Amino acid sequence: MTPELMEEGARRLQAHALNAAPRQTESGGRTADYGRPARPGEVDVTHGRILYLEDVSVSFDGFKAINGLNLDIAPGELRCVIGPNGAGKTTMMDIITGKTRPGSGTVFFGSTIDLLRHNEPEIAQLGIGRKFQKPTVFEQLTVFENLELALKTDKRVRPSMLFRLDSAAEDRLADVLRTIHLAGEVTRRAGDLSHGQKQWLEIGMLLMQDPKLLLLDEPVAGMTDEETARTAELFLSLKGRHSLMVVEHDMHFIRAIAGDTGTVTVLAEGRVLAQGTLDQVQADERVIEVYLGR
Amino acid sequence: MSYPSVSLPRRAPLLSRAGWAAFFTALLAVCALAPALNLWVPEGSPFHLSGYMVTLLGKIMCYAICALAIDLIWGYTGILSLGHGLFFALGGYMMGMYLMRQIGREGSYQSELPDFMVFLDWKQLPWHWALSDSFVATLILIVAVPGLVAFVFGYFAFRSRIQGVYFSIITQALTFAAMLLFFRNETGFGGNNGFTDFKRILGLPLATPQMRMALFVLTGVALLGFFLLARWLVNAKFGRVLQAIRDAERRTMFCGYDPLPYKLTIWVISAMMCGVAGALYVPQVGIINPSEMSTGASIEMAVWAAVGGRATLIGPIVGAFLVNGAKSWLTVAAPEYWLFFLGGLFIVVTLFMPQGVVGLVGRVLKRNRPPAHVQQAPAATKSEASDSTNEANAALQGARA
Repeated sequence: MTPELMEEGARRLQAHALNAAPRQTESGGRTADYGRPARPGEVDVTHGRILYLEDVSVSFDGFKAINGLNLDIAPGELRCVIGPNGAGKTTMMDIITGKTRPGSGTVFFGSTIDLLRHNEPEIAQLGIGRKFQKPTVFEQLTVFENLELALKTDKRVRPSMLFRLDSAAEDRLADVLRTIHLAGEVTRRAGDLSHGQKQWLEIGMLLMQDPKLLLLDEPVAGMTDEETARTAELFLSLKGRHSLMVVEHDMHFIRAIAGDTGTVTVLAEGRVLAQGTLDQVQADERVIEVYLGR
Repeated sequence: MSYPSVSLPRRAPLLSRAGWAAFFTALLAVCALAPALNLWVPEGSPFHLSGYMVTLLGKIMCYAICALAIDLIWGYTGILSLGHGLFFALGGYMMGMYLMRQIGREGSYQSELPDFMVFLDWKQLPWHWALSDSFVATLILIVAVPGLVAFVFGYFAFRSRIQGVYFSIITQALTFAAMLLFFRNETGFGGNNGFTDFKRILGLPLATPQMRMALFVLTGVALLGFFLLARWLVNAKFGRVLQAIRDAERRTMFCGYDPLPYKLTIWVISAMMCGVAGALYVPQVGIINPSEMSTGASIEMAVWAAVGGRATLIGPIVGAFLVNGAKSWLTVAAPEYWLFFLGGLFIVVTLFMPQGVVGLVGRVLKRNRPPAHVQQAPAATKSEASDSTNEANAALQGARA
């Protein structure tokens, strides 16, 4: 046995472990195979994709907001989506979360769940969390109550009447409060928070939901530079455990979270114009034309 | 690695210590003090509670239950119903039917049938009177009928995502349509005159001071019971989901809550409460007719809640007492000005007191408090605050260990 062979073996083992890890958490450790049972509610990512959009079109009064959009996201990926105003970024999120019904096309969560068959609350319970462009929190409730409402639990009427926070959930809540730097504002009314803090609270609510896929619509709008940097750090720490789709205009922020290798998708006129690393798309002629240039 | 410890707020109790004290004081006043003052204190005494006052207070307590019901659906869930008079009247009519059957052969026509049916030359009871001679069935119908009507209407309205002013207008139309229906003689609800001339309940005569007092006590206990129920509902996570739906329905959906069953639950509970209030109201005032379903009656309920203070539970009860107290005084002193007063009150409250009387009192108390704190040396209060946080932390740690 030569050292090269041993090294090769170690490399393969490592690659195998890396490959197996997400499967373990996402599809019960099973692989793509004809004999595997489909489990209702389980997101099947054995084919390596957590979200598929295929040939999706939607029009409002003749205006094609989304026009033959094809997009897919791998489990654990952090995908950045950029594009000029009116490119259909928010509409795309509306379609994924069930707010808007597309005129045609298919939208799948994993390979088994057809999102077009579900309404908003069901999609949220399946494990897709969404942050709005304008921070939306429950203004009359306290920071604590906002997070408590978002906690992943049985969300039907009777369980809500009898709900009690258990210690595991309390730990989780305290954890999220520290992560979003609102530990000192626990009992403050959410409506009294600053704009940046509301953004953080909304992100915190997403974390409480523990979604498999997070859709974030302009998460750092209105944040200070320091807050933006912290947000980038947070998103990078979520990558791998969750899949993220981030729509943002702030190119510094995109640079921070996409790095040199992350995939950036450019939308324009309701379809994917270009896709690749940030450097690649920034160098793309068509992208320069519609978005960065003139 | 040392994490900064986070102090989570404790679960709020159903009522604070002072709240429980006030609750039991009210219970004692209703169950012991009022009967004593009414039945045992001689009539000439300044402490005597007159029969008129007992009936008036009993009536207002029925209204207070309605205001509480409105607060749950409007104050907490943000759905303004201008049709709760319908549920109130339905409960009242169910009780009225039973009371009509209790008259027996003592009516003007000495028939087994209620007088108005004899007058219409009907030979037998219509189908919907089938259960009216059973008191137990009546008790069930008092909550079941308003509940069922509310459920069917609410299901379709909420499923179609009818919101805001459109919902309010439809509830107005609903109660108005019901009023027109009940006005008609052939529907079998006594038409224009409704039901009156009640003689007995459970075989006992109605027109005695003892019965009047019993109904008063029952109404008071119902009001306090409903208050506790409402308090329990809004204190649970259920209540916070309602407020979340009120403030940002879309966000609530994206948190995984389906608003439909939540709205429907609170809507039906609210309607049932109104039904009970109506059933308690009818034997006390001795009449039920379709005017209880008039649009004005339902709007007045919303005014009570608004005057007292929305989303406070105690506010609408206070509002019902204030407005109806003013009404019973003003309709005697200056009857022609009552409606102007009511309209003016609604405008003033909406413009200047969005939180109602209770909110105003709270604000005045708060305004008076801070100077006292400043004089108390701020350092002391600060350390006190951090002490209490530490305590909470310790408690939390203790609970975990």
